[in-house]
Amino acid sequence: MSAASFSRGWPKYGALAVLLAPSLAGMAIFVMGPILGSLALSFSSWDMFADIEWIGIENYTKAVADPAVRTALGNTLLFILGYLPPVVSIGLGLALMLNRTFPGRTLFRAIYFVPVVTSWVAVSLVWKWLLNPEFGLINYGLSLLGVDGPGWLYDPQWAMAGIVLTSIWKDVGFIMVIYLAGLQEIPNNLYEAAEIDGIHPLQVFWRITLPLLAPTTFFVTTISLINSFQVFDQVWIMTEGGPAGATSVIMELIYKNAFRYYQMGYASAISWLLFAIIFAVTIAQHLLQRRWGATE
Amino acid sequence: MSKTTKLLAGLAATALLANMANAQETTIKYMTFSAAPNYIAQLEETIAAFEAQHPEINVEYETAAFSDYFTKLQTLVASRSLPDTFELNYENFVTYAERDALLDLNPLIAADESFDVGVYNPTALAAFALDGKQYGLVESFSNVVLYYNKDLFDAAGLDYPSADWTWDDELAAAQALTNTETGVWGTFSPIQFWEFYKTIAQNGGAVLNADKTEVTLATPENVEALTWMIDKVNTHKVTPTDAEMGGQSPEDLFKAGKIAMLRTGIWMLGAFADAPFNWDIELEPGKTQKAHHFFANGVAVSAQSQNAEAAYEWVKFLTSSKEAVEIRIAAGWELPAVTDEAALEGYLAQPIPESREVVFEALDSAVVPPVIGNWNQLTDAVGKELDEAKLGRKTPEQALTDAAAIVQGLL
Repeated sequence: MSAASFSRGWPKYGALAVLLAPSLAGMAIFVMGPILGSLALSFSSWDMFADIEWIGIENYTKAVADPAVRTALGNTLLFILGYLPPVVSIGLGLALMLNRTFPGRTLFRAIYFVPVVTSWVAVSLVWKWLLNPEFGLINYGLSLLGVDGPGWLYDPQWAMAGIVLTSIWKDVGFIMVIYLAGLQEIPNNLYEAAEIDGIHPLQVFWRITLPLLAPTTFFVTTISLINSFQVFDQVWIMTEGGPAGATSVIMELIYKNAFRYYQMGYASAISWLLFAIIFAVTIAQHLLQRRWGATE
Repeated sequence: MSKTTKLLAGLAATALLANMANAQETTIKYMTFSAAPNYIAQLEETIAAFEAQHPEINVEYETAAFSDYFTKLQTLVASRSLPDTFELNYENFVTYAERDALLDLNPLIAADESFDVGVYNPTALAAFALDGKQYGLVESFSNVVLYYNKDLFDAAGLDYPSADWTWDDELAAAQALTNTETGVWGTFSPIQFWEFYKTIAQNGGAVLNADKTEVTLATPENVEALTWMIDKVNTHKVTPTDAEMGGQSPEDLFKAGKIAMLRTGIWMLGAFADAPFNWDIELEPGKTQKAHHFFANGVAVSAQSQNAEAAYEWVKFLTSSKEAVEIRIAAGWELPAVTDEAALEGYLAQPIPESREVVFEALDSAVVPPVIGNWNQLTDAVGKELDEAKLGRKTPEQALTDAAAIVQGLL
């Protein structure tokens, strides 16, 4: 049987169906089911004790007017603003550095990638100590420079900065690896041509590397943006939304409503609002990218 | 006999045996947080003692750490698979009782001629009743007292705290004890919701009125109490700030000799026993009156339980039987809420600290948490405003006024 005949008709789809069935069943039961369930619940009032009571769009109107939702959304946007530009640019910088040939390159790539595969719980606890105002290494380092370090997680003005710092450290290796892959895709003859024409390295970066990395940049920012809207683990472990609500983010609000306040319906409604926001932002980003791509 | 017939006969015999076993034994499930992880052996010992008295009942237990327990229990509620019996602390008890998840034990108690609820401490038992229905039996209680480092008091040439101390006496001593050179702080009590509702009670205040219909947070005496809590940190500097604590627990600092007076729970008595200095406990200083925390754990029977009578027997045994009480006291597994003086002898007889009777004296001025159905929202909302005041972003008055407005919406 030739490869061509295998790739057509029943044999192809039959084999695919058999091979995919277990994971599709898992997806349907443990992912799609709960997602659709939460959509249904978002139109209900359910404290898990009594029977489910259908209340129409009341949860949504309540969420839109809820100051706690607005604060949490504001804090989430603050996190994104502080996190996204640095993590992408530092990730790109690291990728450019580690794309050159020098001894120990693979070791450095591994070192920067280690935080990515470390659990959020471990990272958060370690950073909580690093950021400790009395005993932390960071404030100790600052004191050597003659700077009186802030209270970090204990100070509402600085707590989000501490969380942003931790998140950048953890995720920068992921961005780096994607960019490294993107850099491999750029044909070498472009660089050779630039070298022959004697173009300044900075020009090479702006005119060749960055534009040709555009698809990678789009992918990286989309993924990071979606993830950062859902920032939760580090917040829950490091501050639980405090001090004085300064790091209360949208996922933390959802968690509290569902599992502390017995308001499953309301929590589901906020989840779907978050989905709508992420969906809208991703679409907007996609449209922008297409325009950008067209003018290149 | 063909193979099929043999097989069928075998199956029938198995089914018959299983049915006979069922007729003899009832299995009830019990879920607990207080046994995990340190008191599993004592729980098993208690179950063995119970099963020896009730051979027809099997108890199967499941444990979860306190931080996970209520999430787990809630999931069981949602899937309608609550265990027959489970532990509840007082705060969560109200949530479960109000939502009809618990069985009213009064009919079973009334039918049980050999049993008298007089064995329980009445305040503690009443905590697990709502609207005249007894939704659970009290298993254990704990409270908070003032711990003090005698050596530090001696070194400063001060008299030890006494039962008639007020906040002013505490402050004067704390100022004399605080020593920035040796890193010793005079006194410590956290600024958070639980400490707050107890502290305002020491000044005659409360979070809610008696029938819990109105919020009484923003009264002048409560503002005064909150101001005092914050002044100890920011003005008098006899208590470290959160940043100065740097994530260390006040209990660790006390045990390291860095805090001279500490308000904390009697669950620390055991942990402090090997502290390298002399220490004792005393009633907490108050302002206009005495007030002490009172925390209780109870055991409830699920309203859905198919084996309510067996479940009741187990709950009764676990909370009040001589065997269970003895196992508890010997292991220091919280304090059983029974009135039997002889049973409590063993607790009082332990040598450290000297004034163990304070634990019982504090019961006379017990303050129960101002629990409402939306309890977690209440603690989060007030806690956030207390943070604002602690950080100096709001005045105590403003913070309490804002908290009152939110809490009113939760009643």
